[in-house]
Amino acid sequence: MTKKLDRPMIKVEGLTKRFTLHQHGGARIGVFGGLDLEVKKGECVVLAGASGMGKSTLIRCVYGNYLTSGGSVKILHDGAEVDLAGATPQTILDIRRRTMGYVSQFLRVIPRVSTLQLVMEPLLENGVSAEEAEARARAMLASLKLPEAHWSLPPATFSGGEQQRVNIARSFVREYPILLLDEPTASLDAANRAIVVDLIKAALAKGSAMIGIFHDESVREAAATRFFEIESYKTAA
Amino acid sequence: MTTQAPPLLRVNRVSKWFGEIVGCRNVSFDLHPGEILGVVGESGSGKTTLLRCLSGKLEPTSGGAEFLSKRHGPVDIFQLGEQDRRRLQREEWGFVHQNPRDGLRMRVSGGANVAEPLMNLGGRHYGQMRRATTDWLERVELDISRVDHKPRNFSGGMQQRIQIARNLIHQPRLVFMDEPTGGLDVSVQARLLDLLRELVRDLQLSAIIVTHDMGVARLMADRLLVMKNGDVVETGLTDQVLDDAQHPYTQLLVSSVLQL
Amino acid sequence: MSVQPTAQAELTAPLYNFAYLDEQTKRMIRRTILKAIAIPGYQVPFGSREMPVPYGWGTGGIQVTASIIGRSDVFKCIDQGADDTTNAVSIRRFFAKIAEVAVTESTAEATIIQTRHRIPEKDLQEGQVMVFQVPQPEPLRGLEPRETETRAMHAYEEYGLQYVSLYESVSAYRRIAATASYPVIVDERYLMSPSPIPKFDNPKLHMSPALMLFGAGREKRIYAVPPYTRVRSLDFEDYPFETQRWDDVCALCGAEESYLDEVVLDDQGNRMFVCSDSNHCGERRAEGHVGPMVDHALAGATS
Repeated sequence: MTKKLDRPMIKVEGLTKRFTLHQHGGARIGVFGGLDLEVKKGECVVLAGASGMGKSTLIRCVYGNYLTSGGSVKILHDGAEVDLAGATPQTILDIRRRTMGYVSQFLRVIPRVSTLQLVMEPLLENGVSAEEAEARARAMLASLKLPEAHWSLPPATFSGGEQQRVNIARSFVREYPILLLDEPTASLDAANRAIVVDLIKAALAKGSAMIGIFHDESVREAAATRFFEIESYKTAA
Repeated sequence: MTTQAPPLLRVNRVSKWFGEIVGCRNVSFDLHPGEILGVVGESGSGKTTLLRCLSGKLEPTSGGAEFLSKRHGPVDIFQLGEQDRRRLQREEWGFVHQNPRDGLRMRVSGGANVAEPLMNLGGRHYGQMRRATTDWLERVELDISRVDHKPRNFSGGMQQRIQIARNLIHQPRLVFMDEPTGGLDVSVQARLLDLLRELVRDLQLSAIIVTHDMGVARLMADRLLVMKNGDVVETGLTDQVLDDAQHPYTQLLVSSVLQL
Repeated sequence: MSVQPTAQAELTAPLYNFAYLDEQTKRMIRRTILKAIAIPGYQVPFGSREMPVPYGWGTGGIQVTASIIGRSDVFKCIDQGADDTTNAVSIRRFFAKIAEVAVTESTAEATIIQTRHRIPEKDLQEGQVMVFQVPQPEPLRGLEPRETETRAMHAYEEYGLQYVSLYESVSAYRRIAATASYPVIVDERYLMSPSPIPKFDNPKLHMSPALMLFGAGREKRIYAVPPYTRVRSLDFEDYPFETQRWDDVCALCGAEESYLDEVVLDDQGNRMFVCSDSNHCGERRAEGHVGPMVDHALAGATS
């Protein structure tokens, strides 16, 4: 009997995902089938497997960005287990706002929103005062060594590495119970990668549950509490 | 357990037929406070017909839409008398037209256009209304020294900003938008969308935005309805519908978007 | 001074029905008038007839007068306040001829006063009827061209738009600049155009002992303000309704409280201000009041 404290934050059961490409005569592309995975508080599960095996796909299924073709994804939200498949859009949006964060290597750039504003948003959306949000955002940007001159600019013209650091700032400025990380350090140099590892470790220590994909081996080794091999679940269609 | 506010609008199987031609058919959805719903589709998809029905401009052939009105409580907007429906449109809703000429009085000044909703609500103090108007013009980033100019003296993008101010000044709870940036230059579009997004979030409005532009949908909407030939073929969270489209038509739409 | 109908009238009478209109038309217009009185300020559509003057020359007023006038009535007609302008004279003679009624220039003696663009200075009494000639009965027409919309606005009491025009005026001129056709609310319900009378006359509509009837022939509407009805001119809290004021008095009779017309006298910029209400001015002079230019040549023209 699992104690309440021990309940997994993420519970994936029998997850199957395939794509049907109607533009190409209905071709079916299988990604994985019957996948089981549990992630508890304080765990960082790093997905292992060659590219194209469905690591990103799995993360997107957990986030609700992709629909599932079978099985279930359950998220612990406000103390209750929510099955994403049956959840209302409002519930999923609420989960994303308060419980589950997602960092990808791409930063969605909105024309005129400043970097500082972008990093403040997750806090403002959760009822943090503007003054506090700004202070925490500044601290986060500073710790990621983003030049202060850039904070008032929209990130559209930043380099890939800078955009990525903005992304990371956005995801770590607030403590998410669950964090999904899809190549968050892809464009970063060693020094910045190390900073990200520290952020990950700090969050894990506070009880965050994470699933991560890391291209860089040293980060993988440093961040992972365990590995999950995805290849064994590969399906044809 | 998350406590969720009751839906602001519950649309139940709304259909509109023009004789034998279907406008929209059996459209149902809920809209919650603070939510933005995008309705996407190509010309003839029925999205504009749907919008016109829901905003009280067109009577549907069948179906209902329950709105949580401040004045009446939950009420089926199609069962309301015309006087009450018009009042709802004036007091609790906004409607941003694609062409600002349809949403503004071209023969009165920009300032008067923006102040009119206040006068409709019983405003009788010129000074106060003028201050509110200039505040709003600043908010939509117009030069307040031009507050007395007529709309025809402004560019299309500026006219659209006046229309936006006019539709938000009375703090509506639900705003309908019909291709709000269609027909504008790309750079103007980008800035306007940004402004809209900011305002909608600041004021915690609910909005239903009709657009054929997937970029607009992705930027603005939390959820999408994809329409084709009057039917809703797919619905879901915006990022899910655009990234993992299920229906063949949705996949076609998404794949047709030019990636720059 | 009244003028009695002459023998001339006896010759022409058989060619026309009494007061020109046929009896069925009069009944239709009377029904319209009754409805208008029952709903103060509401514009009632009616079947406007062809009249011996074209649209734009007072056909609405003439039809209303023709429907209510009787042999015992005394008829006065003024145009811009004066009894002696061309059109006022024509209409007065018209009714003298085809209704065989007594006509007068005296406000006190008249039972029916047809007017274009003014209300007489003298207080009206119970039993008197004012008939206004109206070019555009719809006060919102300038801002809302659609008849379907203005009808809905009146039906649902949606008058925010009228305030838009006042707002425009203040923003352009720092005050509500409308000086005539100043919009009013009748009995706190209907928005009404009082016809192009100067706003100076608007207060005379409020709680008047007389019946006010408004006829628009071209637009085919009749409306009414019954006796002792509340009539309020629109304004803003911070820009309240004000009537016109002059620095001068009437040059002929010295009146300080009447509406003055400006008369340009020459090319050197000389001008005089004279009471617009010719009867009022003449009566005052008959009583012995004098103004600063009482010896002027124009004094003889009004009597």
